Amino acid sequence: MDFLTNLINGISLGSIYAIIALGYTMVYGIAKMLNFAHGDVIMVGAYICFCAMGYLGLSPILAVLLSIVGCTVLGIVIERLAYKPLRNAPSLDVLITAIGVSYFLENAALLIWKSDPKSFTSVVDLPSLSLFDGQLVISGVTMVTVLACVVIMIALTTFTTKSKQGKAMRACSEDQGAARLMGINVDSTISLTFAIGSGLAAIAGVLLCSAYPTLTPTTGLMPGIKAFVAAVLGGIGSIPGAVLGGVLLGIIEIFAKAYIGTQMSDAVVFAVLIIALLIKPSGLLGKQIKEKV
Amino acid sequence: MTMFKSMSKSARSTFTTYAMVVVAYVIVQILANGGMITNSLTGQLVPICAYICLAVSLNLVVGISGELSLGHAGFMSVGAFAGVVAAACFSSSVPNDALRLILSIAVGGGCAAIAGFVVGIPVMRLHGDYLAIVTLAFGEIIKNIMNNLYVGLDSAGLHFSMTDANSLGMSGGTILINGPQGAVGIEKLSTFFAGFILVIFCLFVVLNLIHSRSGRAIMAVRDNRIAAESVGINVTKYRLMAFVISAALAGMAGALYAMNYSSIVPKKFDFNTSILILVFVVLGGMGNIRGSVISATILTILPEMLRAISDYRMLIYAIVLILVMLVSNNPTLKGAWANLRSRLRGRRGRPKVAAAEAAGDAPEGGDSDE
Repeated sequence: MDFLTNLINGISLGSIYAIIALGYTMVYGIAKMLNFAHGDVIMVGAYICFCAMGYLGLSPILAVLLSIVGCTVLGIVIERLAYKPLRNAPSLDVLITAIGVSYFLENAALLIWKSDPKSFTSVVDLPSLSLFDGQLVISGVTMVTVLACVVIMIALTTFTTKSKQGKAMRACSEDQGAARLMGINVDSTISLTFAIGSGLAAIAGVLLCSAYPTLTPTTGLMPGIKAFVAAVLGGIGSIPGAVLGGVLLGIIEIFAKAYIGTQMSDAVVFAVLIIALLIKPSGLLGKQIKEKV
Repeated sequence: MTMFKSMSKSARSTFTTYAMVVVAYVIVQILANGGMITNSLTGQLVPICAYICLAVSLNLVVGISGELSLGHAGFMSVGAFAGVVAAACFSSSVPNDALRLILSIAVGGGCAAIAGFVVGIPVMRLHGDYLAIVTLAFGEIIKNIMNNLYVGLDSAGLHFSMTDANSLGMSGGTILINGPQGAVGIEKLSTFFAGFILVIFCLFVVLNLIHSRSGRAIMAVRDNRIAAESVGINVTKYRLMAFVISAALAGMAGALYAMNYSSIVPKKFDFNTSILILVFVVLGGMGNIRGSVISATILTILPEMLRAISDYRMLIYAIVLILVMLVSNNPTLKGAWANLRSRLRGRRGRPKVAAAEAAGDAPEGGDSDE
């Protein structure tokens, strides 16, 4: 039963990583930039939800919606102010700007909400599911998290393959110049990608803090890095890859914690990434691009 | 002055870099002797030297070799703890403080070089963002290992353990590295002078490497890997060379840094520190060694200067970072700046074409963003 409990916890944590990784992967696919501020958007999302429930007394569903809207707007604003002027800049300059945005969000949150940890009330009010005479307990948060991850993955896949905007997105990630010639508004497509990514970050933040209820201005940091690792593991730019990478990473982390020790679990996670990349240099589901001379 | 003018462009640039560091050292030393430097700044002198070395060494990988490395703090960490252990081991056999510091820094650099080699072999199979993420992963792994490392010293020699301090099996003696608590009771060997010497050493190694045959090979690999390979350059060898040398210098800087404090925790050398060093390199200009020196100095002092408004200082730092990037990439301002430069050069009597070339082609063109 321990094995099953660990597996379920792993899938649950992995689903959160997957939702964050989806945001990373979409932004990377289209803007070819590592958006280091993504982890901090998660944190902002969680804080918005926390305040909406705690101070405004909104119902959990409304609070989550507010948090999604808030983060979406934040994502668009960040993109407009900080990233858009750097469309043609060297990629490292964009990276440093993203780091700057990340510092900014973190320290702004530190000023507004102070450094003391807030205890987050779960937004999920479902009873736990008890199986095998109570030997296996699946909490409501776990079920909602996994469900949300699956729904989001299906919705995003449908969106990118079926809708006009989604097709425009894929065209931009393939070749921006050609997409522009075909009459696609590249700028607004990139903004849309950021909006979707940030909205997903809000959901991930709320779910993360529902499962692990301490909220500080640095809450988003490590999940952000790990989700980034998950996105790379699955093959950056690929939607199913991000979900696969996220879930795998979550499972590996929980099992490493259970069987190897809490201290070394992060090292195990990163070692798996390195080994995977050495075997498949473009990630598990990434496209192998042949270099042309 | 005539000698200065007769030098080649690269020699002149190198000379300027050394001169700048020496002059800065002398000025700071005079000010410090005159008591004109605040206490908090005096405490920052050795860290500034360490950060300059780190920025210069990372510039070798990021700017000269063209690989984005996000795990530089890992090598710093290896060097720091190896240096601390070495200093404790030599405490009885080498009574001279300066000599012991040199030995410890050398051991720190050596251990970091080994770590760099071990990390470098798999890393060099990858390219671009994938390489970046693997260096990040190695940085985190090193931090994790250091967090679980226990080292003790007694009459029988060194004891290592990965579980806890009790399993070291020591008879008396002292615990040098105590897992997450890090190294405690470090003897403060680092001085500003030692830092200055290390900076000069790093500059000497990196600048000489850049202007050597190997350095040109490294830059050729950066500019076009396939073309470099086709003219017979061993790509992996030169990429690995830059990576290992950079790791060794980072380890030395780490040892210097650690021996400036009485205790140091592994958590200090995390992802944020790697990013901090990367920020120095990018703001100073990729491949521009002098730029790295200047930006590492300014960006280490800046948060100290902003201490008066302590709550807002990191916020301001973040805004400065974003603004510098936005301004330096603004096409209008860039055009105006290039215009101004060529005009200034023109007035000094140099032909405009040569001035434009000088601004355009050399990686050491002095295009720092400050």
